[in-house]
Amino acid sequence: MADTALDSPATAGHDDHAAGHATSTGLSNNKLAMWMFLGSECLLFGGLISTYMLYRGRHEGSPTPSQLYNIPLTSISSFVLLMSSLTMVLAVSAAQRRDDRNTTTWLTVTALLGATFVGAQVFEFTEFVHEGLGFTTNLFGSSFFTLTGFHGVHVTVGIIMLMALVGIISRSKFPGDKAEVVEMIGLYWHFVDIVWIIIFTLVYLIPS
Amino acid sequence: MSTAHALAVDDAAPGDDAAHADGGHHEHAHGLTDLGYVKVAIFLAVLTGMEVSLTYVHIGAFFMPILLILMVVKFVTVVSYFMHLKFDNKIFSWLFYSGLILALGVYLAALCTFQFFAGN
Repeated sequence: MADTALDSPATAGHDDHAAGHATSTGLSNNKLAMWMFLGSECLLFGGLISTYMLYRGRHEGSPTPSQLYNIPLTSISSFVLLMSSLTMVLAVSAAQRRDDRNTTTWLTVTALLGATFVGAQVFEFTEFVHEGLGFTTNLFGSSFFTLTGFHGVHVTVGIIMLMALVGIISRSKFPGDKAEVVEMIGLYWHFVDIVWIIIFTLVYLIPS
Repeated sequence: MSTAHALAVDDAAPGDDAAHADGGHHEHAHGLTDLGYVKVAIFLAVLTGMEVSLTYVHIGAFFMPILLILMVVKFVTVVSYFMHLKFDNKIFSWLFYSGLILALGVYLAALCTFQFFAGN
């Protein structure tokens, strides 16, 4: 498919916004870089999840994880994040159709769902602190807040990128010219979702 | 959008069945229709519901394996369909899964190291 794209004289350079430049691999360098970045992010979260798994039993001086976790609340926020992946992929789909109106709508819905997730996480953290689990209380607390906090920061960065993208597309003069950017941010957003799929199971559902 | 993807979509005629289906739903050069994505999301929601339900019923030794299998199925589904790895160039899969396998290696190494020191 890549060869066909590169060999097509009718399209070679007539629309740099959507097609980008020809590359030696026939693939988008931006996309390659994004996948490489996501691969490295696997290592980051792999390390954080490993640390949590090793220290999850070290909760001296605080309530146990099973006493702290609010599974119904976390299940709802997990569902919200999962649905944000759907709205994100619909935004990518709309962008590929050069339908800027639907793209911005779905991007905004995705950002709102992400903000709901972050709000639930802030509420959860506040509850934990009230229950006596702080960042420095014990190893369980440190590893838990580091892991879920890093994930929350990733979601927050994603929301900022989504809203910035909505602004950029709204000002764009050429429909669909930001389709590749929408896809890149979509990949990042889905990655944040799959990391949460792992965290939800390993941290919340499997008892220590 | 990748170069190939962008052009593949551009080249499709407005009435082309290969590019447009389901009365306005768009079928990508690689990927699903919008309805297809909704079906995948429903599937993922059902799996999440099953995961949560498992924590409220006692199924003994099967609890952990089933939970892990459901987690892996959800992970692979999102990566394959929402992130388009199933339909995209294999080099993207290599890049991503290399990182993932390395991460698993890091976890196993850390686990073994702690086990080693715990034994002394």
